[in-house]
Amino acid sequence: MEKSLLAPGHRACAGCAMPTTIKLVLDAAGPNTIVVSPTGCLEVTTTPFPESAWCVPWIHSLFENAAAVASGVEVMLKRRCKDANVIVIGGDGSTLDIGMGSNSGMFERGHKVLYVCYDNEAYMNTGVQRSGSTPFCANTTTTPSGKISLGNPRPKKDMPAIAVAHRVPYVATASVAYPVDLRRKVKKALQVSGPSYIQVNAPCITGWTFDAGTMVEIARLAVETGLWPLVEWENGVVGQVKKVTRPKPVDEYLKLQGRYRHLFKMPDGGEMLKQIQAIADANIAKYRLVD
Amino acid sequence: MEIKAGRLVEPCSTRITLTGAWRTFVPVVDHKKCIKCNLCEIYCPEGCIHQVQSNDVKTLRAYAYTPEQIADLPKDETVFIPDLNYCKGCSVCAHECPRRAIEMVLEEK
Amino acid sequence: MMKGVASSASQGQSPKARGEKTTKTLGMKVVEGSYAVAHAVKCCRPDVISAYPITPQTHIVEHLSQMVANGEMDSEFLTVDSEFSALSVLVGSSACGGRCYSSTTSQGLALMYEVLYNVSGMRLPIVMNVANRALGAPLNIWNDQQDSIGARDVGWLQIYVEDVQEAVDATLQAYKIAEDPEIMTPTMVCMDGFILTHVYEPVKLLDQELASEFLPPFAPRSILDTADPKTFGAFADPSTYTEFRYLQFEAQNKALAKIERTAREFEETFGRFYGGLVDSYRADDAEIVIVTLGSVIGTIKDAIDSMRAEGKKVGLVKVRCYRPFPVAALREALKKASIIAVLEKDVSIGGEAGLLADMKAAFYNSSIHPPIIGFTAGLGGRDITINDIEKLVKKAEAAMKGIESEFEFLSLRTEIL
Ligand SMILES: Cc1ncc(C[n+]2csc(CCOP(=O)(O)OP(=O)(O)O)c2C)c(N)n1
Ligand code: SF4
Ligand code: SF4
Ligand SMILES: [Mg+2]
Repeated sequence: MEKSLLAPGHRACAGCAMPTTIKLVLDAAGPNTIVVSPTGCLEVTTTPFPESAWCVPWIHSLFENAAAVASGVEVMLKRRCKDANVIVIGGDGSTLDIGMGSNSGMFERGHKVLYVCYDNEAYMNTGVQRSGSTPFCANTTTTPSGKISLGNPRPKKDMPAIAVAHRVPYVATASVAYPVDLRRKVKKALQVSGPSYIQVNAPCITGWTFDAGTMVEIARLAVETGLWPLVEWENGVVGQVKKVTRPKPVDEYLKLQGRYRHLFKMPDGGEMLKQIQAIADANIAKYRLVD
Repeated sequence: MEIKAGRLVEPCSTRITLTGAWRTFVPVVDHKKCIKCNLCEIYCPEGCIHQVQSNDVKTLRAYAYTPEQIADLPKDETVFIPDLNYCKGCSVCAHECPRRAIEMVLEEK
Repeated sequence: MMKGVASSASQGQSPKARGEKTTKTLGMKVVEGSYAVAHAVKCCRPDVISAYPITPQTHIVEHLSQMVANGEMDSEFLTVDSEFSALSVLVGSSACGGRCYSSTTSQGLALMYEVLYNVSGMRLPIVMNVANRALGAPLNIWNDQQDSIGARDVGWLQIYVEDVQEAVDATLQAYKIAEDPEIMTPTMVCMDGFILTHVYEPVKLLDQELASEFLPPFAPRSILDTADPKTFGAFADPSTYTEFRYLQFEAQNKALAKIERTAREFEETFGRFYGGLVDSYRADDAEIVIVTLGSVIGTIKDAIDSMRAEGKKVGLVKVRCYRPFPVAALREALKKASIIAVLEKDVSIGGEAGLLADMKAAFYNSSIHPPIIGFTAGLGGRDITINDIEKLVKKAEAAMKGIESEFEFLSLRTEIL
């Protein structure tokens, strides 16, 4: 295998899923790629001036404008008749929250840009605050559990549905634990003539608090429990879905992570676990994860 | 270091920072158990596990292996080797290895 | 100069109806200010234009859209979701080596704020016309200069124009200045909203051939390119951040000479000159010198002429370039003044006002020590009349005997307070 297009020496936490995600995306896309990234852990850990881990051209502007910057890049490439992949790689906070307007504009204008969100389910770079992508009951520094709180009171925002609603021709969810699937989806997305969107579940060791080395296992469990279904939407229609033969109970996934520890200790935790199981069951039914 | 036009940095230049210094545990590969599935290489967040010919002493030395460690490798084989300059010791590789061929060992520094 | 206060009736018209179809006089055409500026932008041959509509900037981008739609100009025009995205799009295009243009005002400029710093910090030579307008609350769509004066520290060069012709000419000059490899700094050409954007004036439109000769294609040293994969916009820690800022500071200082030179080169090609950094009017022997920016200069010149007729030694120094602030040029132009009266359409709430503060700072450590007093006027589109200027001069005369007030709101309607 060729050397990765993401150089080592970056400053991501040991065991972080984000660099692995980047590696897989670049591996599928190849060197003829320009990457645009918003502010976040990715940007801070991969480009500490005067160093950069990126072996492809890369640009960071702000937290909430990556899709607009990518639009500008794509337009100029077209104008100069240059053919290169334009890929945004950004965190969930920038993608689902503050950058929503800019994403919406990019989707609606139909730029040929692949937007990859590495979803670590909170604002990690600023110290694990809740984002629109933080799941139900997760403990973050702004949705802490406490005497009268069981963590984040709301479920995750459904960004793939928002992308589909923009008539984005190719939308998919993926996981760092399924590298073959992820690479295939990136390749497929890059074949699309308009915009595409892939949201990759990417565990954060610091924010989710799990044992060293279990990053991939946790990502895999998110899929195996039905909490993170792997789905493709082609022209708005659900296409390929990764089947889960025997779904695991959500507890198996949750108990490995510090952000859910309170659910196993607090008296009302059991009820919440049931509700989280219901989220997984609903996904299993909705996407027909079990044959 | 020169600040050029306020914005430009050379590609792949984090290579000058040897994150191996972060490590407490070091992955040690049992090459006899390894089935060369390359999962460790895929999952390693540092992208620092490489396939190397066991007689490629120059590369292995560059990956911070001692002559003794190199001598212990199986002869004339492709081996999966963490580049110790960068390995942060996260143990993802050890955890994901389907044959449990990678062991995390407390490193004496 | 003509002062045209536009009626908003023209807003509903199609760009074509507001277009250029008017009589020719001595190579001049009577056109709408926005059209003249749009035509100038066309002559700059931008690769990418991205803008978001906001009164009184709208006509500029409508004219540009029409020119693109007619195939008269070969540019990409991106309609976007906000001013924030408009300028962000240009970050991407400019980093790819494209010549980029936007235009905005007021709330739009405020919404761009974060991107303004980003563009200058990344040294992307984007040019933008600011159709100066007041900021809410209270909502007000008319002209003042609080918007761009408030953005004086964002790292952009700022040129303020007096009339439509100067807006046209400064737009072409702006690209030449901004794109100089030694400068690489974005530039705002600030023109008073409505007063200049909506007025119909005789203007010499730029000749494309001459413009192309004057402004060569944009050829940055490095761009986002897979053949040379550089990283743009890295994260800088305390050990390097200051030097990034210093280099911007240094580039702005270099821009002082570049702006002068460009104005002269423009004169050689096109025969028009408005001063490089500053300009003056009957200031040589003036005791009272008014210092100001923008379109109010026409009124002030008229007022000066009538006061001169009465024997009052009044003159004017126009600040054409506000960023970089031309300290040396101002000291030179004002070395004989007995008192300096600064008039501006902005206010630093809790302080005084932008130009006044800069003027005081420019003279404090110099050997020239005329008293400096300041006035804010014309906020939210209120007319500044000849009468106002005469009032200001009277106050300056009085202040020569001793300053009572260093800064005040001129012609304040105290009866409604
Ligand atoms: C306008 C603005 N608001 C807030 C911030 C602070 N900020 C920087 S990164 C970040 C969180 C990033 O979260 P996400 O996009 O999920 O990426 P992550 O760090 O989790 O990988 C925040 C809040 C900012 N840089 N800009
Ligand atoms: S905080 Fe989380 S997302 Fe950020 S680098 Fe560390 S593990 Fe990765
Ligand atoms: S321990 Fe972590 S960093 Fe080191 S080789 Fe294994 S996966 Fe890579
Ligand atoms: Mg995040």
